[in-house]
Amino acid sequence: MTEEVQQLTRAFSGLGGLGVDESTMVSALSRWRKQPEKRSGFRKSFQGFFRSHGEMDRCEEDYMLYLASEFARFKNLMVLWAMHPWERDARLAHHVLHQAHPAAIVVEVACTRSAEELLGARRAYQALFHHSLEEDVAYRARDKPYCNLLVGLVSAYRYEGPRVNEEVARAEAKALGAAVKSAGGVAGKLVANDEVVRVLTTRSKPHLVETFKYYKEIHARHIEQDLNKDETLLEAVLCLAAPAKYFSGVMEAGLRDGADNHAKDALTRVAVTRSDADMDEIRAAYQEQFGAKLEDAVAAKAHGHYRDALLSLVGAGES
Amino acid sequence: MATLKVPAAVPAVADDCEQLRKAFEGWGTNEELIISILGHRDAAQRRAIRRAYAETYGQELLRSITDEISGDFERAVILWTLDPAERDAVLANEAARKWQPGNRVLVEIACARSSAQLFAVRQAYHDRFKHSLEEDVAAHATGDFRKLLVPLVTAYRYEGQEVNTRLAHSEAKILHEKIHHKKYSDDEIIRILTTRSKAQLLATFNYYNDEYGHRINKDLKGDPKDEFLQTLRAVIRCFTCPERYLEKVARQAIAGLGTDENALTRVITTRAEVDLKLIAEAYQKRNSVPLERAVAGDTSGDYERLLLALLGQE
Repeated sequence: MTEEVQQLTRAFSGLGGLGVDESTMVSALSRWRKQPEKRSGFRKSFQGFFRSHGEMDRCEEDYMLYLASEFARFKNLMVLWAMHPWERDARLAHHVLHQAHPAAIVVEVACTRSAEELLGARRAYQALFHHSLEEDVAYRARDKPYCNLLVGLVSAYRYEGPRVNEEVARAEAKALGAAVKSAGGVAGKLVANDEVVRVLTTRSKPHLVETFKYYKEIHARHIEQDLNKDETLLEAVLCLAAPAKYFSGVMEAGLRDGADNHAKDALTRVAVTRSDADMDEIRAAYQEQFGAKLEDAVAAKAHGHYRDALLSLVGAGES
Repeated sequence: MATLKVPAAVPAVADDCEQLRKAFEGWGTNEELIISILGHRDAAQRRAIRRAYAETYGQELLRSITDEISGDFERAVILWTLDPAERDAVLANEAARKWQPGNRVLVEIACARSSAQLFAVRQAYHDRFKHSLEEDVAAHATGDFRKLLVPLVTAYRYEGQEVNTRLAHSEAKILHEKIHHKKYSDDEIIRILTTRSKAQLLATFNYYNDEYGHRINKDLKGDPKDEFLQTLRAVIRCFTCPERYLEKVARQAIAGLGTDENALTRVITTRAEVDLKLIAEAYQKRNSVPLERAVAGDTSGDYERLLLALLGQE
């Protein structure tokens, strides 16, 4: 495969990565003008996109769908970026409930937004979809063990002051330990535990941070280590107490080889929703967790306008 | 419909403040003056008076009140003077801290307020108590009550009138089935009661009545000592007929040998600007005695005078 052809293949997302390289595609148009044999050679070498059909190389249907979604990455990012944050969060939640996107997104929205932002999202949800958010969450999750946790998380209006009652935090750290023990590693038991739900869905974030500190002190383990059976719980705990770490993990998962569509879509979501909020902390957490710069990982994996957009949103070039 | 009577020509805020200050000065307190002013001002006016009083005299009006007066009168004046959201926050905080299964104040606040009002209560609660309302309710209520009350107070119900009739039918069936099997605290009952919009719930209850021949509350009548059942019935009544529910609260406060002043104060101060007229009409209908006369017969002194003023008596 010649250099030219390889470049164009990459531009069409044929060698993996996210988005498409629009400028490479456009420059191929002028370079290969009046040279249909170049185009034909490109088709012959691009096995994923085209396959031989008698005298013709025809398009693979699957690849055309794939290409549509790669072209749309930039569009989706821009639209999401332009939207009011409340509408954005309401639509993200609605996709989870009505298009079976991962439930983690609801946890993310409920736990990483401020109390006022979550209220705004709930208002927007009502205006757009004529139901309350908690109504739809309760209905969709009604036979799942994490139902009460999820409903509680989206209904919360947490106190945002810094004051924490140390006694209560310590007592609740003990109670959480007792709940972990009584759940005995059985899947779905801990996430449905009343005390766990109560603490995670009603206490303020500073309070929870203190509680988890006491947990480490009392039980000699980080609480995340004891939650491994329940993904939803893990997401909730991380989002509430260490959102930068959570988001950096989401970014890494989206940039990995073999990441699925939802993981890749998460890159857009995190970049757009956190760019103005805690993106600096997320970059720092990424560096600490993965020993590399987030912007380098993005630059290596993404193409074209989408890549430039992501780099802008993650604050590439800033310290 | 409100019962509060505000004069056609309301004095300037500064004048009201001055008069109130005079009422506190000296050896005694001029309670009549306090009642004649505060008992005839609406929420916006009372707010303006509080602000101006604090600016002019460097002290909170409510502080002056607690310093000067006491007992049921003091509690009524304070609750009345507060903004509706603050008032509900104070009542909710009391109810949460001293929670016991028979307490239904939280049900009243969660179900007999609009979604926006309930959220305002949660905001006022943050400001005043440095905790979230749900945090305190969850920490003090236990068992099935906690399962019900926490989602009840954190609901932000859709307020539109759209009703999904298919859903109303299916959820009425679910309610009926769970109740039939005496699973009163089942997750489904709680989900439906604590998340559906009021319009949707009313349709569901209507369908229940149509399909099963009697109202849902009839099927929730069990052991009168079962406080959880009583609470469920209170939730439903607050949605379907709040004025009659509150009439019963007032009636029970007045009836019998003593008077439950806290309950009476709560009904009158929280509804004087809302629907106390309808509650009073329901009271008259049910007891063949005007509410004002029953209140006068059961209370005395300044407390009585304030309640009667809020009931619209001249």
